[in-house]
Amino acid sequence: MIRLATRSLLSAIPVLLIVSLISFGLMRLIPGDPAAAIAGISATPGQIAQLRQDLGLDEPLLVQLAQYYRGLFQGDFGRSLLLGKGVLAATAERLPVTIALALYALIITLIIGIGCGIIAALRQNSWVDQAAMMFAMIGISVPNFFLGLLMIILFAVKLGWLPSGGYVPFTENPWGWLQSTTMPAFSLALLQAGLLARITRSSMLEVLRQDYIRTARAKGLPGRSVILKHALSNALIPIVTVVGIIVSLLLSGAVVTEALFSLPGMGLLLTQAVLNRDYPMVQGGLLLVTAFLVSVNIAVDLLYAVLDPRVRYE
Amino acid sequence: MSDAEDIPERRIHPARATLGRLFRHRLFVSGLFLFGIIAIMAAAAPFITDVDPNRLSMRNKFLPPGGAWTLGTDSFGRSLWSRVVWGAQLSMIIGASVVALNAVFGTLIGAAAGYFRRLDNALMRVNDALMAFPAILLAIAVTSVLGPSTLNVILALSIVYIPRTARIVRSSVIVLREMEYVQAAVAAGAGHWRILRHHILPNAVAPMIVQLSFLFAYAVLSEATLSFLGVGAVPPTPTWGNIMSEGRDFMREAPWIITIPGIVLMITVMGLNLLGDGLRDVLDPRLRIQQ
Repeated sequence: MIRLATRSLLSAIPVLLIVSLISFGLMRLIPGDPAAAIAGISATPGQIAQLRQDLGLDEPLLVQLAQYYRGLFQGDFGRSLLLGKGVLAATAERLPVTIALALYALIITLIIGIGCGIIAALRQNSWVDQAAMMFAMIGISVPNFFLGLLMIILFAVKLGWLPSGGYVPFTENPWGWLQSTTMPAFSLALLQAGLLARITRSSMLEVLRQDYIRTARAKGLPGRSVILKHALSNALIPIVTVVGIIVSLLLSGAVVTEALFSLPGMGLLLTQAVLNRDYPMVQGGLLLVTAFLVSVNIAVDLLYAVLDPRVRYE
Repeated sequence: MSDAEDIPERRIHPARATLGRLFRHRLFVSGLFLFGIIAIMAAAAPFITDVDPNRLSMRNKFLPPGGAWTLGTDSFGRSLWSRVVWGAQLSMIIGASVVALNAVFGTLIGAAAGYFRRLDNALMRVNDALMAFPAILLAIAVTSVLGPSTLNVILALSIVYIPRTARIVRSSVIVLREMEYVQAAVAAGAGHWRILRHHILPNAVAPMIVQLSFLFAYAVLSEATLSFLGVGAVPPTPTWGNIMSEGRDFMREAPWIITIPGIVLMITVMGLNLLGDGLRDVLDPRLRIQQ
C-alpha cells in the first residue's frame, strides 16, 4: 500500500512539471507583446514598460523560467493584476466555494446516477430501464448552462422559490448556502449523473450474470440481500475509478455554472481573469486547480486499491 | 442436408454488412435523424433564411415565435430563425474541424506512441499533463491567449481533445502490435510504415470512429460553452452560445431567446450521442453497454 502511494505520488511529478511548463508557456504565447496585451489599448508606452518590468517579461526567457520555478518552490504563484493580491491567497479564498459546490453536485450525481443505474439493471429491458436510460441520455445531452438557465427561468423567475444568483457562505448560514447552491449543483450534476447511470447499469448487469450471484440466489438468500451485499459491492468497484473522472468533469463544469449563477468560486475568478486579461492570475490559477485535480485523482486511485485487493497486489 | 459446397456462395462486402447492421440499429438511426436535421439546416443556411442574421430592426424587437418571424426576434429585433440557422452552420464547421484535426493528429501521436516504444513515455507524459487540466478551463485559457475568434476556438478545442483521441488510438495500437499477423509481417521484412499503414491502423479505425462521433458532440457543446462565456467567436457573429448569453438579460420578457437555441443545441448533442452509441454497438462490440 505504501509502495503504491509512493509510486502514484512519484508519477505525478512529471505530469505536474509539464503542467507548470504549459502554464508558464501560455502567457508567452500571446501574439505580439504580452505586456501591451495585458495593459490594454489605452495604456501609455511608459505603463507598458513598467508592467513588462513588473512581470519580469524583460528578462531572457530562461531567467524568467528560473524565476518562475523559484517562485513556485517558495509558494509564490504570482500576483493577480485585477485583485492586487497573490494568486495563492485569491485561490485559497475562492477554491472552497468551488469544492463545496462540486461536493454537493457529486452527492447528487452519486444518488441519481447509481440509483438509476441499479434500477435499470434490475429491471433490464422493461419500461423502467428504458425510461432510466432515456433520462440518462437527456442528462448527457443537455448543456449544463442551458439546464441552469431553464432552472432559473422556472424556479427563480416564474415560481420565485430559489434565488437566481448570489452566494451565502455555509459558515454564515447553512440554510442560505443550500438555497444559493441547490440550482447550481443540480444543473452541474445532471450530465455526470447520466454518465454514471449508464456505467452503473452495465457494471451491475455484468456482475448479476456471475456464478456467485446464482449461487447466492440458489441457496435461498432473499433478493434484497443478494443485490445489496453480493452484487452491489462488486459492481461499485469499477464505479470508483469513474469518480475521479466525474470530479474532474464537475470542477471543469463548475466554471460555467459559477459564471451563470455568479457564485464567487474558482471558476468565476478565472473567467473574470480571462475576460480582464489578468494573465498572471490565469497562469497561477490554472496550475493550482490542475495540481488540486491531480491530487484528487491520486486519492481516488488509492481508494480504488483499498477497495479492490487485486489492484493492491498487482 | 447438403454439404458446404452446395450452399450458393453469397458474398456480402464487409462494409455493406456493417452498414446494414447500422441501419437496423435503432439508436443509430434516431441519432442520424436528429443530427441529420441540424446538419441539413446548417448546410442550407443561405437558402432557408431570407433575413440577414445581423440585420437590426428595433421596431420588431422581442417578437414571440410564430408569425412572420418564424422563431421570433431578439433584443435588437434580429430574426432568431436566421441567427439559430447560421449559428448551426458555425457549430457544424467548428465541430467538423475539431474532429478532422483530431483524426489526423490524434492518429499520428497515438500511433507513434503505441508503436515506437521509445517515444511512448515522452509523448504520453505530455498527453497526461494536457489531460490533467480541466477541459473547459484549458480551452478558455488558450482562447484568451490567442484571442477570441472561430479559428482560435477550433485550435483550443483541438489542443484539449487531441490528447484524449491519441490515448485511444495508442491503446488499440499497443494491442495490435503484439498480434501474430503483425509479427508475421515483421518477419516477412515489412517496414514500419507499411506495418502501421496496412496492418495496424485499419484495425484501429473502429474505436476511433466511435470516439470521433462523441468528440463531435463534446466539441459542439464546448464551443457553445466558450461563446456563452464570451470567449468564442466574436459577436455579432451568431453562435448558439452567444445568442443564449445575450438572452440572459431578457429571460423574463423573452425566454425563447434562450430556449430555442438551447433546444437546438440539445437536439444536436443528443443526435451525436445516439449516433455514437449506435456506432459503438456495431463497430466496437467490446465496449458495448449490454442491451
